[in-house]
Amino acid sequence: MNQTINKYSKQIIIVNSIFILFWLTISIFPFIWTLWGSFKVKADFFSRADWTYALSGFNTLIETGATTTFRAYLESWTEGEFGRATMNTMIVTVSVVSISLFLGTLGAYALSRSTFKYTFYILIIALIFRAMPHITLVSGYLFPFFQLNIWGILPTTIIVLVAINQPFTLWLLYSFFKTVPKELDESALIDGCSYFQAFRYIIMPVMWPGVVTAGLFSMMLAYNDFTVTALLLNQHNYTMVPKINAYLGTVEYGGNYMWAVSSVVSATAPLFMIIWFFQRQLISGLTAGAVKG
Amino acid sequence: MPHRTFFWFILPTALAMILFIGLPIVSSFFQSLHIENEQVLMEVENCDPFGCTTNVRVDVEATEKIEAENPLGRFNGFGTYTDRNHLAFDEIREAWDNTSSIGEFKDIVLNLPFYKALLFTLTFCFAVTPPVIVLGFIVALSVNTLAKSLKGLIVFGTILPMIVTPLIGSLVLFWMIDSQGIIGASIQILFDDPNLSLKASSNLTWITLIIYGIWHNTPFAFVVFYAALQTVPQDPLEAAYIDGATRFERVRFIVIPHLYPVATFIMLICLMDNFRVFEPIIGFSAEGVAQSLSWMIYQDLRNENKMLFGSAGATSMLTILGIAFLLTPVLIRTWKEFKTER
Repeated sequence: MNQTINKYSKQIIIVNSIFILFWLTISIFPFIWTLWGSFKVKADFFSRADWTYALSGFNTLIETGATTTFRAYLESWTEGEFGRATMNTMIVTVSVVSISLFLGTLGAYALSRSTFKYTFYILIIALIFRAMPHITLVSGYLFPFFQLNIWGILPTTIIVLVAINQPFTLWLLYSFFKTVPKELDESALIDGCSYFQAFRYIIMPVMWPGVVTAGLFSMMLAYNDFTVTALLLNQHNYTMVPKINAYLGTVEYGGNYMWAVSSVVSATAPLFMIIWFFQRQLISGLTAGAVKG
Repeated sequence: MPHRTFFWFILPTALAMILFIGLPIVSSFFQSLHIENEQVLMEVENCDPFGCTTNVRVDVEATEKIEAENPLGRFNGFGTYTDRNHLAFDEIREAWDNTSSIGEFKDIVLNLPFYKALLFTLTFCFAVTPPVIVLGFIVALSVNTLAKSLKGLIVFGTILPMIVTPLIGSLVLFWMIDSQGIIGASIQILFDDPNLSLKASSNLTWITLIIYGIWHNTPFAFVVFYAALQTVPQDPLEAAYIDGATRFERVRFIVIPHLYPVATFIMLICLMDNFRVFEPIIGFSAEGVAQSLSWMIYQDLRNENKMLFGSAGATSMLTILGIAFLLTPVLIRTWKEFKTER
């Protein structure tokens, strides 16, 4: 029966394939184009005369002697200190993911196992916090951080990102722990475990699918953040995204567009690779609950 | 779980949220009640062979002293909220009194910074969301018909625009659409107009930003619809098939009604997320013609001379009000879900 329903006529298959191809072009082509262009010089990628120069590498050949060049990468990683920014991003991302998972699993486990009414209010407050635009929070941070003299350094930013990330992590892990049978840890409690022991020995071994999903979203938030990092870090400590923005506009780097283009590639490539491996977790996370990261 | 155990489990995360989400909102509110200190002026007499002149100068020492005593500035009450850069009550009253037609009045009001930003923010929200839902649904339907072996790859390609941060996403598009990029240059050749560019008119910029918004948000709608499509019950579909319903009719009368709740969910999330639109404006360098509420706050905090905490705080509070307005339906929905769960 199912086979007959799902059998598609030729026309549908053709129209469908064309549409999918069209759609994939829209979503992927800009990235491929940027990747291609990052190996050219500015006069080619931003060609006033003829955009086909970007394909043929006309000016690149004149300026560097070959049709592809790694010049933008080399310069941005050395002169542009993009390596430092990459290092900072790695520090921030790893710290944010581990800390927010640590806090999140504990909190979400408690929320999913408590039967009292306040759990509901905590979750609602988390939902409200989740909806706050990050920039409004940043406007609240700056003044106290200046007064306390903790502005501009990585630890502050890490803690802030962890906190901003908590509402979503809590909700995601809460809905995950709800699917873990209560009987598992209840039997451990009856056998004389404390709640911490039940969490440590019974829940931790089975929670990894949920943790991977939550970790993926924490990673994306920390890795991609611009609002918080651009305003809370000083230039020296910039992570990749604010650094790219700095290449475009500030006096220091003189609007060096090709640096920005190559850095965009350097920054997105690892992200795409990670998502390629964890695609299934990403999708399950997006559809899991009533919230989105 | 006993209260005491619960408390210890929840404490770290609650502390993080209270300190870095709850308190900043309060702190923002306090800032919004204050305004930057006035500079202390003093008269200085300058004498030279041609006589004496008195100049007014900033007394740096006295200003710094006040600054040190009151770093937050002086108390201003709700003054910042009603000034020209925010709700602009005086300007609106004046415009109301001095204009003869509604159109004229509208022009004046929509040129005030806050209302200009609000107009763009709302336009962006409401122009992006419907196409996102429709497009996301169509893409989900068509990916769903593909062979299983292809799905993984195509889903990955489809979600790319959502994964990159808005700043990078908008830059990547901007570099193509810019008058020196591939699309921009082709359009110029197509219309035979060398001056045609994204920045040529504010309408074009707005449209570009909205197209960007659709590009960035559709993958999310797609993913949620795609997952929901897997839960469509098969029995009614079979029954409809036996009764002779065409494919279109089956989608229209069985699949779409099944997805209504999902569509409202996507709509609310989309509205809420797009209300914070900010990074694309920087990515497209569209500050000149398109300002959003979040961008206004960023600008106050990025101010060259002195960070305008009061102004940023006031805009933040007004933005939060707007978010609260959009959030209410989501809260009601969650509330109901919880009630039925128990």
